[in-house]
Amino acid sequence: MAIANVLLVDDEVPFVETMTNRLSKRDLQVTTAFSGAEALEKLGQKESNVEVVILDVKMPGMDGIETLGEIKRAYPLVEVVMLTGHATVETAIEGMKLGAFDYLMKPCDMEVLVAKVGGAASRKREQERKIVEARIKEITMRRA
Amino acid sequence: MNQKDSSGHGYYRSLTRNIVLLVIVVSITPMILVSGLLLYQFQNSYREKIYAHLGEVVQKHKQKIDGFLNERLDDIRFMARTFSFEELSDESFLHDRLFTLQKEFGPVFVDLGVVNERGIQVAYSGPYKLGRALYSDAKWFKMAMTREYFISDVFLGLRGLPHFIIAVKENWKGQSWLLRATIDFVAFNTLVENIRIGQTGFAFIVNKDGEFQTRSLLDVAACKDIYLDVLAEGKAGENKMSIAERCDSTGKKNILVADFLKGNDWLLVYQQDSADAFSDLGRALRWTILINVLGGLAILTMAFILSGRIVKRIAKTDQEKNKVDEQIIETGKLASIGELAAGIAHEINNPVAIMVEEAGWIGDLLEEEEFKESSNLSEFKRALSQIRTQGKRCKDITYKLLSFARKTDPREQDVQLNELLDELVVLSGQRAKYGNITITTDFQEDLPTVMVSQSEMQQVFLNLINNSMDAMEKRGGKIEVRTLLEERHLVVEISDNGPGIPRANLGRIFDPFFTTKPVGKGTGLGLSICYGIIKKYGGEIEVQSAPDVETTFRVKIPLPEDTLDRMGTRPAGPEKY
Repeated sequence: MAIANVLLVDDEVPFVETMTNRLSKRDLQVTTAFSGAEALEKLGQKESNVEVVILDVKMPGMDGIETLGEIKRAYPLVEVVMLTGHATVETAIEGMKLGAFDYLMKPCDMEVLVAKVGGAASRKREQERKIVEARIKEITMRRA
Repeated sequence: MNQKDSSGHGYYRSLTRNIVLLVIVVSITPMILVSGLLLYQFQNSYREKIYAHLGEVVQKHKQKIDGFLNERLDDIRFMARTFSFEELSDESFLHDRLFTLQKEFGPVFVDLGVVNERGIQVAYSGPYKLGRALYSDAKWFKMAMTREYFISDVFLGLRGLPHFIIAVKENWKGQSWLLRATIDFVAFNTLVENIRIGQTGFAFIVNKDGEFQTRSLLDVAACKDIYLDVLAEGKAGENKMSIAERCDSTGKKNILVADFLKGNDWLLVYQQDSADAFSDLGRALRWTILINVLGGLAILTMAFILSGRIVKRIAKTDQEKNKVDEQIIETGKLASIGELAAGIAHEINNPVAIMVEEAGWIGDLLEEEEFKESSNLSEFKRALSQIRTQGKRCKDITYKLLSFARKTDPREQDVQLNELLDELVVLSGQRAKYGNITITTDFQEDLPTVMVSQSEMQQVFLNLINNSMDAMEKRGGKIEVRTLLEERHLVVEISDNGPGIPRANLGRIFDPFFTTKPVGKGTGLGLSICYGIIKKYGGEIEVQSAPDVETTFRVKIPLPEDTLDRMGTRPAGPEKY
């Protein structure tokens, strides 16, 4: 049973490959995308049950912040952890405002990343549970 | 570049010369033109005025003289007509007549005489013994006999003294006779001599042959030709006055005004030095020249001074402009370097991240069973750890680079520097111990807080402390961190007794990328970042270094206004307690 189901989004191919290996070794289910557009596509697929998106900030085409915005709009329950090769206060603030779960700098400590992903996944599941509960309550009340 | 160097001298010299020439030409030309024009006009109208004036004077005198002559003639004619030949031949009667004339007109009439057809003076009244004198051969007699009346030229005659005669011819019993009178030369002369204008103007009368009829003041006989000239002109043209300027034998210019008298027999000539006649003009000319010369000199002087000043100003401005240009280029360069650096940083981070990940992956794989027995396992792990460390270092470097290139704006807050510095000293404690370095502190009590970014201050002072430690790593030493209060500043001093900074480098240590550390150890960015940060707060950072004795970095941060008020350091303003 995987700890979490993650979508890794980064335009650097070797980085994605190695990260996939390392995350898989730590019992994470990893899907990959090499651009923001591809990420949204993958998220749109019916079989997708991605819980956390690990998202690079600097990407050609649709950059990280833009992608984050799109993801949050289309899939509000999916959590996003941002990864970046350089830190800017402005990008961090923007990311947090748009609803990112957290923000990490590359190269990051693997253990820290896994912990964060775990936290994000937990939150997502918690949110889902609450929604389901609320729905059941509603149905029950209607029936009553 | 070369053009600019040589523009130092050649360019400015020619610029100066051009300005001088321009100023001179533009200033002097109108001055001279105007002066010239006005002088010319003045000269013309003045000359006309003088000529007119002189002409009038001469006219007046001519009329006076002519009048005099005519009056005398009339007197004699009247007498000749009124009294008969017989009557006048009576000498006592003639005497009475002379007496009457003299009583009436003064000593103008010297004598009277009655001369018959044959030239014998039959009666004479006068001071000379001329009774029964014979004039038949005398020129005047001959002339007088040919016309109604005759006025002679001045001659010596029988009496041996200059005089002239007025003779009137009458008829009596078919015979002609002459009544003649001698006019006093002196009286006549005085009449003419009285014409005096200016210093050198005088008049005289010459006859048709150029012979003087009056005394002349100066010896002008030598210039007879000129008068003959004028006479000739007069003969040729109408009976009018002529005015001319001629040079005499000495080269002196004279004005001659000449008019005919006595029915064109005599010429009244008025002569005056041109210089005298036109003395006003001469004066005006001299003044004009003087003013022009002085003005010209003044303009010349001013042109040189002014142009010198202007060019100096221009040179200075050019210099400043060059400096500004250089600064702009420098800034541009720095900006490009900054952008370049930022670009590089971005680029480098990704490969570095990948390298670290790969190392991490290797580390993960090493966890697998098959490698547990490997003898080199610990070495693998150490190497991988080193890769991670170096990767992190790359990240730190690029971070520093990027924060230098980009303008980040960390928040400012009230920072107690003593505390901050204390923390840093503790932070550096481990490294210091290993390097045999002792760090001591000497903090000002009740140091006021300053409004700065905590992290930036940490960055600055940590950098300075680290630099000191880097310098003393090999042999150890002492570092002292001091804080103190100056009148308007808070001062932090970080001193060490390390090898210090050579004089040659002192001016460059705050330049970006300047480093004396071996390749790979330092980036050369630390101090330039510190400089930038401190300057941002309006402070200063200085260094003094005596190698192996003491090297001190001095950071001055201006105190906020309300702190200064509280301290009472402000010179003006009331007490705020």
